[in-house]
Amino acid sequence: MPNDKTTNILIVGVGGQGVILASEMLSEVARVMGLDVKKSEVHGMSQRGGVVTSHVRFGKKIYSPLIPEGDADVILAFELAEALRWLYFLKPDGTVIVNKQKLAPPITTTGNFTYPEDPEGKLLEKVPGSKIVDTFSITKKLGNPRLVNTILLGVLSNAIELEEDKWLDVIEARAPKGTGELNKKAFLEGRAIK
Amino acid sequence: MEMLLSGNESVARGIYEHGGEFASAYPGTPSTEILETIARFFKDDVYAEWSTNEKVAVEAAVGASYGGARSVAAMKHVGLNVAADPLMTLSYTGVGAGLIIISADDPSLHSSQNEQDNRYYGKFASIPIIEPSDSQEAKDFIKYAFEMSEEFDTPVILRLTTRVSHSKGVVKIGERRTVEHEGFQKNIEKYVMVPSNAIKRHKIVIERLERLKEYAESTPLNTIEMNDAEVGIISGSIAYQYAKEAMPNASFLKLGLGYPLPMKKIREFASKVKRLFVVEELEPFYEEQIAAAGIAVEGKKYFPGFLELNVNRVRDGFVEAGVLDRPKTTVAFQREEVLPRPPVLCPGCPHRGVAMALRKLKVYTTGDIGCYTLAALPPLEQIDTCLCMGASIGHAFGIEKAGKTDKKTVAMIGDSTFLHSGITSLASVVYNKGTQTTIIVDNRITAMTGGQYNPGTDKTLMGEETHAIDLEQLCKALGVKHVRKVDPYDLETTTAVLREEIDRDEASVVITTRPCMLFPRKIKDKPYEVKLDACIACGACFRVGCPAIYASDEKNEKGKPKAEIDPVLCTGCSLCAQVCPTDAIVVAE
Repeated sequence: MPNDKTTNILIVGVGGQGVILASEMLSEVARVMGLDVKKSEVHGMSQRGGVVTSHVRFGKKIYSPLIPEGDADVILAFELAEALRWLYFLKPDGTVIVNKQKLAPPITTTGNFTYPEDPEGKLLEKVPGSKIVDTFSITKKLGNPRLVNTILLGVLSNAIELEEDKWLDVIEARAPKGTGELNKKAFLEGRAIK
Repeated sequence: MEMLLSGNESVARGIYEHGGEFASAYPGTPSTEILETIARFFKDDVYAEWSTNEKVAVEAAVGASYGGARSVAAMKHVGLNVAADPLMTLSYTGVGAGLIIISADDPSLHSSQNEQDNRYYGKFASIPIIEPSDSQEAKDFIKYAFEMSEEFDTPVILRLTTRVSHSKGVVKIGERRTVEHEGFQKNIEKYVMVPSNAIKRHKIVIERLERLKEYAESTPLNTIEMNDAEVGIISGSIAYQYAKEAMPNASFLKLGLGYPLPMKKIREFASKVKRLFVVEELEPFYEEQIAAAGIAVEGKKYFPGFLELNVNRVRDGFVEAGVLDRPKTTVAFQREEVLPRPPVLCPGCPHRGVAMALRKLKVYTTGDIGCYTLAALPPLEQIDTCLCMGASIGHAFGIEKAGKTDKKTVAMIGDSTFLHSGITSLASVVYNKGTQTTIIVDNRITAMTGGQYNPGTDKTLMGEETHAIDLEQLCKALGVKHVRKVDPYDLETTTAVLREEIDRDEASVVITTRPCMLFPRKIKDKPYEVKLDACIACGACFRVGCPAIYASDEKNEKGKPKAEIDPVLCTGCSLCAQVCPTDAIVVAE
């Protein structure tokens, strides 16, 4: 990734999963590296259990804070159905990193809507190299369920060229109080997944 | 020093750096974080408050400006409708120290009931409009806004949009500089808008607008970037960023001052380019004025007037206009229909019990602006109207007076919304002998916008202890004889009390007593669980519409799924247990 090119990362998930904090950390790492950065997301009504997306763009000079459709280098999804929903933003040769988790919205209990069948299979069919990350086994090992975002950032860090020590500094500074070390560990666990 | 700041944080920073001393607002997405940022980081230098509503916020800021403090009042776009009364005449009086009215518009109505374009307020009131296009400008333009306000003796509208307010960008930080102003100066001709004075002031407004037009020609807020002369683009706000990315080789006239327009500059720019386009979000605000000046221009024909723009939409418009080749790389993946994931009431939300009780009572519910509007969605579907702040009470009253509706109608309004603009409606109900029941769902916070204090809470924005209005006493003082309080987690009592009050042939108010489960602190009692062997898969708990309840893989003999409860999400409100016919839902062991 040469630095004069714009890198586009679309982070998606469900309200409350930590999408916004992950995008904050990613943007800050890019800023610390001296790049122009923009990120955009929507607050308010949609946060109540709805779909959350955060667009992060960095490079030499960024204009639009929103990633154009079909232009995302990476889709980082915190949830399987959300990866499918936002896939149309991905570049032809883009990367998909997805948390191996299904969150069926309450609307499915009405019987009018069903959660997609075999979302992993669907994803792999469309993007054969999709990285499906079993964050649950890692959070279990580390003993805290609230580490999904830093694990996923670790996996993401292999797909883009931002320096490891900058990542660790930012995670230390931005993780919730008292969880800096644990979040750095989680990041490195994610980074070890190649 | 550089920081990554949102547009709203940048505006707050700009107010601090450029000598702001007073800031008032009513919370509203996408504007809320402006005042939160001031209160969090700059409260030693800038006074910040949540006002009761936007009209009050503007009036207080006007007073502070008359009184010699650089002031701002911030609100979402529809908030400016509430504040339109002071705004229109404020244009006549002008200001004391610099005064900025911030309007955060919401194209694509991410969190709003409409997508009105508030640039028209500038034209309507003859007030200049400043439109930043990113975070750096959001901070820097505050300086111009204050200076313009003082130089021209006019309020200035700073118009933001969701993507300016809520996008972050790299911002260069500066130091605070203050400007000295005297306190209130008696000047009856300027400040007392009786007809004899207002007539003279209107003339001054017209003259001021002419001087502002001259200023528009020379201000550094408007910039020309000459490039390829085939295509010239006039744009401002976030649309500029999209257009710049879509058409990097075109020539641009970027408008930082959105009103009044620099018509000489526009004419000169038009003469240098082969085809002139306006790229603007929502209404053809620039385009109509430019066309009216007799300049050939194209715009809304290619760039639709609804929903926010983006690079793709702008690109498509220029392809259609024949000045851009269709991009060679087509989108690799098609948009796919994935099940909807609408926002929902939180697990443990105190509004849920009220909606369930009303559903049982088979009444219509006129709704208002707040989280409880989400009870309009399945499976609750118990909100029947939503128009604007405070409207629920008047709606229920009008439906009753019309006298043609088979069912009873109740009004449902939040504590903050009631204080914002429900009190006057309730007074009118009592005065005009309405008999409706008004439910104040009092969760002790302004929840939808992220948990802000209001005059019903005992804390101010700056964290000081204060008087909390007693809603029960207030309603009684308005003349409502029957005011009752209920615990919305107690479904049976809530239903019984509501039934009694709805049946009563006199106006009544029912106030709920449970706080929001998120603010000011997260509520988490012992979670419940489903005894699967006792669950008969009747679906009663599914109709509670709680995000913590999901369909189990285990099914009954007819193949219908039983229920399970996510112990992390469950707050222990017990509503689902109360509707379970087989007592299969119990506190988790």
